[in-house]
Amino acid sequence: MIRTGKVDWVAHSILLLGVALFVLPVWLVFAGSTQDSADIARGDMSIVPNLSQLGIYSSVLTEAAPGAQPVWRMMMVSFGMALVIAFGKIFISIMSAYAVTFFRFPFKMLCFWTIFITLMLPVEVRIVPTFKVMAGFNLINTFTGLTVPLMASATATLLFRQTFLAIPDELVEAARTDGAGPLRFLKDILVPVSAANLAAMFVILFVYGWNQYMWPLLVATDPRLDTIVIGIVKMIGHEALTEWNRVMATAVLAMLPPVVVVVLMQRWFVKGLTEGDK
Amino acid sequence: MERRTIFDGWLLPAMLVLPQLVLTFFFFLWPAARAIWSSLERQDAFGINSEFVGFENFVDLFEDPLYLEAVVRTLIFVFFVTVIAMAVALVLAIFADREIRGRDIYRTLLIWPYAVAPAIAGVLWVLLMDPNVGLVGVGLNNMGINWDYRLNGFQAMLLVILASAWKQVSYNFIFFLAALQSIPKSVTEAARIDGASELHRFRTITLPLIAPTTFFLIVVNVVYAAFDTFATIAATTQGGPGRSTETLVFKVFRDGIVNVNIGSSSAQSVVLMVGVILITALQFRFMEKKS
Amino acid sequence: MATLQLENLKKSFGTTHVLKGVDLSLASGEMLVIVGASGCGKSTLLRLVAGLETPTSGQIMVDGRDVAQLDPAQRDIAMVFQNYALYPHMTVFDNMAYGLRIRGLSREDIGKRVQDAANTLGLGALLKRTPRQLSGGQRQRVAMGRAIVREPKVFLFDEPLSNLDAALRVQMRAEIRRLQRRMRVTSLYVTHDQVEAMTLGDRLLVMHLGKPVQLATPMEVFEKPANTYVAGFIGAPSMNLMPAKLGHGGASAVLEDGHVITFADGRRPGQDGRKLTVGIRPEHLRPEPGGIEIFIDLVEPLGSETVVIGRMKNGELVSVKIPSAGSIPETMSVVIAPEHLHVFDGETGLRVEAV
Repeated sequence: MIRTGKVDWVAHSILLLGVALFVLPVWLVFAGSTQDSADIARGDMSIVPNLSQLGIYSSVLTEAAPGAQPVWRMMMVSFGMALVIAFGKIFISIMSAYAVTFFRFPFKMLCFWTIFITLMLPVEVRIVPTFKVMAGFNLINTFTGLTVPLMASATATLLFRQTFLAIPDELVEAARTDGAGPLRFLKDILVPVSAANLAAMFVILFVYGWNQYMWPLLVATDPRLDTIVIGIVKMIGHEALTEWNRVMATAVLAMLPPVVVVVLMQRWFVKGLTEGDK
Repeated sequence: MERRTIFDGWLLPAMLVLPQLVLTFFFFLWPAARAIWSSLERQDAFGINSEFVGFENFVDLFEDPLYLEAVVRTLIFVFFVTVIAMAVALVLAIFADREIRGRDIYRTLLIWPYAVAPAIAGVLWVLLMDPNVGLVGVGLNNMGINWDYRLNGFQAMLLVILASAWKQVSYNFIFFLAALQSIPKSVTEAARIDGASELHRFRTITLPLIAPTTFFLIVVNVVYAAFDTFATIAATTQGGPGRSTETLVFKVFRDGIVNVNIGSSSAQSVVLMVGVILITALQFRFMEKKS
Repeated sequence: MATLQLENLKKSFGTTHVLKGVDLSLASGEMLVIVGASGCGKSTLLRLVAGLETPTSGQIMVDGRDVAQLDPAQRDIAMVFQNYALYPHMTVFDNMAYGLRIRGLSREDIGKRVQDAANTLGLGALLKRTPRQLSGGQRQRVAMGRAIVREPKVFLFDEPLSNLDAALRVQMRAEIRRLQRRMRVTSLYVTHDQVEAMTLGDRLLVMHLGKPVQLATPMEVFEKPANTYVAGFIGAPSMNLMPAKLGHGGASAVLEDGHVITFADGRRPGQDGRKLTVGIRPEHLRPEPGGIEIFIDLVEPLGSETVVIGRMKNGELVSVKIPSAGSIPETMSVVIAPEHLHVFDGETGLRVEAV
């Protein structure tokens, strides 16, 4: 119940401080993006954005910096990568989670632990041999190489397994009484019933795919496969000839899509994320 | 844990797990096995022949002062990132859990940075802290503080810690808030009636009740700080100046991909692998004890 | 042992007035049950006394001291919650000892008090368990124990039995009553269950829409309900209420179908034709020829007796409680026992007594 009358000033000030901590850096970068590059380079930047310069964003999107891809192209690669990873991983994980929760078959536990063990093998602990495997399959500098290997990790499978284990037995029995076979049950009952979890998983995986850095660095040296995250880090690499306002505008663009997805789907996402761990 | 109701047959489930098993085998298990194998080999200078050398790569590694320094550096880095990201998140979650006006807006405004890539977090902090360009960096220099993280190793470490912790606060906030909200209101009310002050309630009721979440987050934050911050460091300091922000993961990448020292890099990979396995095992031991 | 007084206690959340002014006075050692449908403000009333909410206006006096603005900690009250609200991470012993430790009692005192309470409640063997290892009934006892060890001035009960199954509820109800009698602690007990209300309270306060409707002993509430709401709320099955008009110079009620019931206890005031609502409990309708004709809808055999639900000619539902018999016919004629008739004003719903 809501207490009336009293304003909790302590809570408001601390939360506002927290919000400022997150918003200020982004605000300053946004403000910078609308100002003159030379001013910024002189350390002479205003914290008030110059709204007449918003045109920089369309210019950044379409015009490539020397030796780089235009931002819209890199954004498209990122979008493609994030979407393919999100949908592919959801698809693969639903299938495997369904198999290990709703069936009993030989080597089931072996399958489960094989999937589970990938939790302990992030790219970072197997960099060089992974690169060699990718080279062996001719997957270096391909979109397939950028996306498919990232679809296998266990997180989504484990999450769906949790969800599926919590499906009441009566629901399964009712569906079987109604004559649904395993595939029909999956398609007509399980997937619709788990829609909220699917949405949550989509957000988590979209963000995961968009935010990749080491993986594309490893398997895609071709600039045409540069994601926006790779692109922006390259941009701040050589400072001397940096057009700071363009860099800042690109930084804003690079973080916008995943943030929008998270904010729009906040309710499902928070629920899906926090239900997974226990 | 098993369901009571299951379907019959083995062919269908086998087909269903197959795609994930194939990917797992080729992109996870096989490379991991190769990593273990190469950690026991040494290549000649041209990278053509390799010979089995047993644990020599590991012996070399642990005799290498640079590696030991990187271990200590990583531990310090992980410790501060974890403590800062969790402490800030807990404080924010406690106040966001109170019944105040606009609390849904506060929550949204505190959750969105979850979506920011570690690399982008690094970029934002560079644009902010750059001694010549960044507003704060320039400000610090104007105030007479000699700020340049590209020359000062301590400042560089501070920058990567702050940038890494900054990005992780939201994640921790989401979990702490969920944990706080799952404490039944009547339990805290019972404690109020029992006469416990707010601070005492926090220490004796709230903290013990969110302990499982706290432990879970410690594991997640340690893994995050150890592994996912590669991108943050790459975007900010590239491990420099010198080696002052070179963490273990950054070193593996540099030695393996940039310097192509396969034997040493593989040995380092295996050490990291053991680390992850230990952390994960610890987490599951603890979770089993709880349930 | 303490008195408890509420004076013109009000509570609003924003523009919603949940409590619209309650006056109440409990003698030391008295158990008062507050009963009402959900949303009547009874829980809010309890939370105000506990100090979990601050009243919008009015006073709460414990032993003559106004505690309305004090923290729960300073009020010396104990509360048993509906979901028990046990500390899930503490043992039974620690649950009970928590409040005592905060008050700085010595180890021996705490140990002795907890042991005594545990013995009283039959929890002696469970002191080292945690709440999740207990059954519902055992948790309920721990919640009681936590309140008892504090030796508070006032006990508050917030529907403490509603999460128990039926058999256990009856048993715990008796136990609470015995305990309260023995300890003589002033108690407020909130419930929506009329059986609990009737059996537990020295007095009963019926609440409706944030206002007290009737405050009296349980039997008084049952025998002389203050208005049609109370009449319908207390008693199962509910009292039959039918529209009627005053007739014969105030000496009788005339039902819509022309039936005349002559008051057994004297005239009611007002002009003939005054709108009335008359009430008769199902057990006070006798099947007898020449009475009100009802068409039977449903028969509910309860074992020792049977409840018959039927319709009058004008379509109104009537329930009749009769001793169990063989077959029930399709229609039935029932006679109202005039000495058990309740008379209420047709417009305000308030009880109309004989002059």
